[in-house]
Amino acid sequence: MMIPSPWRADFPAIAALQRQDQTYLDNAATTQKPQALLDALAHYYANGAANVHRAQHLPGAHATQAFEDSRLKVAQWLNAGDSGQIIFTHGATSALNLLAYGLEPLFHPGDEIVISALEHHANLLPWQQLAQRRDLKLVILPLDDDGVIDLGAAVHLIGPRTRLLAVSQLSNVLGAWQPLPALLAMAKAQNALTVVDGAQGVVHGRHDVQALGCDFYVFSSHKLYGPDGLGVLFGRNEALERLHPWQFGGEMVLEANYHESRFRPAPLGFEAGTPPIASVIGLGATLDYLAGLDLDAVAAHEAALHDYLLRGLAARNGIRLLGQPQLALASFVVEGVHNADLAHLLTEQGIAVRAGHHCAMPLLKRFELAGAIRVSLALYNDSEDLERFFDALDQALELLR
Amino acid sequence: MSLPVEAAEALQTFQNAPGWEQRARLLMQFGDRLPPLSDVDKCEANRVHGCESQVWLVGELRDGRWQFAAGSDARMIRGLVALLLLRVNGLSAAELQQIDLPDWFNQLGLSRQLSPSRSNGLNAVLKRMNELAG
Repeated sequence: MMIPSPWRADFPAIAALQRQDQTYLDNAATTQKPQALLDALAHYYANGAANVHRAQHLPGAHATQAFEDSRLKVAQWLNAGDSGQIIFTHGATSALNLLAYGLEPLFHPGDEIVISALEHHANLLPWQQLAQRRDLKLVILPLDDDGVIDLGAAVHLIGPRTRLLAVSQLSNVLGAWQPLPALLAMAKAQNALTVVDGAQGVVHGRHDVQALGCDFYVFSSHKLYGPDGLGVLFGRNEALERLHPWQFGGEMVLEANYHESRFRPAPLGFEAGTPPIASVIGLGATLDYLAGLDLDAVAAHEAALHDYLLRGLAARNGIRLLGQPQLALASFVVEGVHNADLAHLLTEQGIAVRAGHHCAMPLLKRFELAGAIRVSLALYNDSEDLERFFDALDQALELLR
Repeated sequence: MSLPVEAAEALQTFQNAPGWEQRARLLMQFGDRLPPLSDVDKCEANRVHGCESQVWLVGELRDGRWQFAAGSDARMIRGLVALLLLRVNGLSAAELQQIDLPDWFNQLGLSRQLSPSRSNGLNAVLKRMNELAG
């Protein structure tokens, strides 16, 4: 059965990659960009760049207007309403570091931070290092056999010493939704702060931060078909009051003296220095584009492709999936074949997939693997992309076996 | 500086290989011919970091000539390393300093294996070889 993507032509890079005989299936790493975003970037730079929130001149007013419009669009995308603020950072990693440093004064030796065994390094290392700085205990929630955080274990591990819970919404290796409502409820019952790493989750479906009820929600623009160099941090108003400024410099200050200063509240107080203005404006254009799509149709397309991927992998001998992927991606290894060799031969055939530890070394170690191959899908992929991948996979395995 | 005989033969073999599939088969054949590294040599001190697979490299000067040995748990990188070793083994320290190894892989039609984004480890192996050769 053919599964064409009605949105493929909206992403000019896909055709360009095809002309270079490249099939792009590494979308969990980063995505191609819609024409609407390219147009917005060209329009901004062609019509007068200016810094935001500083200048009284007209170009500055235009740039600030476009910049703040994007902030509104992000807030609408997450249904933040009046519940909190959208802070722009230089990436999801930056946003998580902002939290780990900005919340640091709240922690005392012996306090516990809870994360899960499947966290990306970006949602592991900032907390690990904070724990080391403050003599805290980092508690790791284990997974069940399907690659989902084990709630039975979590209920014992999230306790009165838990001060913060930071978990991924959707694993970048296992492709499984995590049971956020239950986990967040456990954390809230202990008055702990809650951080959701939405880097993968935000790309699939719409998520409502008010319904989720988390204190902080983090994602990166470039995985959501937006420009790179831009991360988003949603913070609930009450939680933001507890967040201290982390980076200091231009525009985040209310009043500066040589020996002391006062800082702005969120969001500007957490946006020191010139922000990635073009990227913020570009993300706004991407969200306009996405908001114009039939999101049920997108979800159905992605589900059909994912099913196609899983069935194709299951039809081949010796393939072992990591966990039970539900959507978006599948990571696998092949019995008796080194993933580096397979990656080498897929690359030779123009198949762009990711091989290695996927920035989740401890998780791969738990599977007793040095690495795995990951195929990850986007709305512009179609079944022909997957057929090319399967042909290349068969060729590679024939050579290697 | 003339090519060692085995290197010249390998060069001709690779230059006559028409496509990626042929080159992949050849790489595996060269890798299979690489003498196995002893378990003693497969130690952490000899590990080359920066590879997706495990790669070990040892080298010593014998009578003024470099002799390297290497191993890996992955076949493609083993083939690449085998092609490297047959180019450098037997060279004097001065000769090794002068040799343009990226150009060697370029002549073999394998220059893409040295692009900075490749994590197969050939770059890391070359770097380690430089360190060993001082």
